[in-house]
Amino acid sequence: MMGVGRMKARRKEEGRWAWRLTGFVTLCVYIFMFAPIAATVILSFNASMFGGFPMTGFSLQWYAKLMGNEQVLTAFRTSLWIALVTAAATTAIGVVTAFALVRFEFRGKQALSTLVILPALVPETILGVGLLVLIKAVDQPRTMLLLVLGHIMLAVPYVVLIAQARMVGIRRVYEEAALSLGASRFSSFREITLPLLIPAVVGGALLAFTISFDNTSASLFWRPAGVETMPTQILSMLKISISPEINALGTVMILVTVGIPLLGGLILQSLTRLKRRGQPKEEAR
Amino acid sequence: MPDSHDLSEVPRPAAAGVARAGVGGSAAGGGETSRPAVEFRDIDIAYGKFVAVRDFSLSIRKGSFVTLLGPSGCGKTTILRSIAGLVDISGGQIMIDGRRVDDVPIYKRNIGLVFQSYALFPHKNVFDNVAFGLKYRNVPKPEIARKVGQALEMVRLPGSEKKLPSQLSGGQQQRIALARAIVFEPQVLLLDEPLSALDANMREEMRVEIKKIQKETGITAIFVTHDQEEALSMSDRIVVMNAGAVEQIGTPQEVYETPATAFVADFLGKANMLAGTVSKSDGATAVVLAAGQTVNVVCPRPLAPGSKVTIVVRPQKLSVGAAVSANRLSGRVVSASYLGGSAIYEIDVGGKTSIRANAPISGRVLREGEAIDLGFDPEGCVLLDEDGQRIS
Repeated sequence: MMGVGRMKARRKEEGRWAWRLTGFVTLCVYIFMFAPIAATVILSFNASMFGGFPMTGFSLQWYAKLMGNEQVLTAFRTSLWIALVTAAATTAIGVVTAFALVRFEFRGKQALSTLVILPALVPETILGVGLLVLIKAVDQPRTMLLLVLGHIMLAVPYVVLIAQARMVGIRRVYEEAALSLGASRFSSFREITLPLLIPAVVGGALLAFTISFDNTSASLFWRPAGVETMPTQILSMLKISISPEINALGTVMILVTVGIPLLGGLILQSLTRLKRRGQPKEEAR
Repeated sequence: MPDSHDLSEVPRPAAAGVARAGVGGSAAGGGETSRPAVEFRDIDIAYGKFVAVRDFSLSIRKGSFVTLLGPSGCGKTTILRSIAGLVDISGGQIMIDGRRVDDVPIYKRNIGLVFQSYALFPHKNVFDNVAFGLKYRNVPKPEIARKVGQALEMVRLPGSEKKLPSQLSGGQQQRIALARAIVFEPQVLLLDEPLSALDANMREEMRVEIKKIQKETGITAIFVTHDQEEALSMSDRIVVMNAGAVEQIGTPQEVYETPATAFVADFLGKANMLAGTVSKSDGATAVVLAAGQTVNVVCPRPLAPGSKVTIVVRPQKLSVGAAVSANRLSGRVVSASYLGGSAIYEIDVGGKTSIRANAPISGRVLREGEAIDLGFDPEGCVLLDEDGQRIS
């Protein structure tokens, strides 16, 4: 009896240590992941001229300077536009592709579904060089259109994957029911399939936006002469010096790329909640 | 039991309606009274090389309740989906109310469809679900509200307009689905195993409910099921299917009591199948040697002595003990289950044949191992030939 009790105690002791170790490792991983982000954000408020620790005081001067930096503002606007167009186009392409891949049987379906995913598997640098070589081969200039098309190519696989996963979960009987009730194929897509796809649509759009907004390597190859996106702007600023302005810019980037998906999620959540609450009222009329 | 003439224009061969390929010559017939609500003419449906349905012909009278009954994979659901336009037919014609619909897209066919999985739109509330079909028929809004209210009244769920499907039980969801399918007064109501997702109690309740609503509205209903009890209790007419072909078409009583084939006898209820050999036949009765004993059965045409036959007897048609008047067979009780009013005996006859009898209790219930006499009337059975086709 005593032996059992002691063993239990020892096991308990071991378990406690195992938990402590797990906790410690987890903490390390999180520090490693978030310390750079934290450093960037904190240092962006540093009063010092140099973009590093120690802090010498709190200041918003780097943000003010950023606001006055025409180059940065232009790059921000450029990136924003590219990301918005990319998100819109990619979502439309992705949803339609996923619908086709899940709902229809056609020749070459397997090949198409592999081809669509391919850009996500090929290293971005290779894609960057490849598109550039292609453009040179057909003797076309690098334009904004090319840059946007490139971003769409990079983002489409992810949107297709997201939309496909959701589409598989939408049972065909819903569409069949809508058709039997008199809705045309288009109407049943618009009224039944699309609303049920909304989480994938929003999720895909947000992902496409962030993929485009913070893309660096491919953009370096594709951007027209004289055009800077946010990431390439930061890169070129870094060539000169590590200014605290970059920290401020980095913080803005983090806000945009983390904040927008977060905001989208929240909007989506409140939308569904509103709908549940609002729908009965709507019917009352 | 509804009158048999009330049911369908299919010319039924003989009394029990053996309907193999090609019964659909009925096309010319149906004219004088009223057009059939749905008519199949030699339908073939194939998926690539796999033939799901072959030579299916059927004519369904307006306002009747017809059940397609068969095991899974027999093609019954495929037939149903072909009426809806969800499956393309490879040959033949489908007519709804005299209009050929083979090339009419599903959304223009005006049919009501109820699915096994309810298929209520999860993001729309009950009102929007039920109103869906009306909206696409350009019914004015106040009219929609009135009709939806009526339909919900009919399925006994009034006031549930604002609920979402996820807030309803399975039975309630299926009622809403039913309301959604009938609210726009379709020409045909198609029900694809609508009860099989429900639990047993709810199933029985819904069976009565569906039948009641069908009668009230007078809608033509085609019901698909693999459950013989559902088929027997609800239908005006049953189409028994197997392996893509029709085995028998008839009223519930006809298919149950006079199965046209061995398959029908076996699939509907637990029929006893006694294999035997004809020893004498005179064109009115036949003497058959089965399980080592001789029995007399009604047989309208003479059979060659020595031909192999199967005698089909329902457990309820067997009498046991003192009640036996004809065709006495002796055996031994293998198991007995007491059901209150009657008892079910599993009886071993001649060491090889096991017979099930469901007999009213007179005196005491016999126990395992006891000797028992059983018998059946010469008219109380069905005789099948070697190929499993009915002789009498």
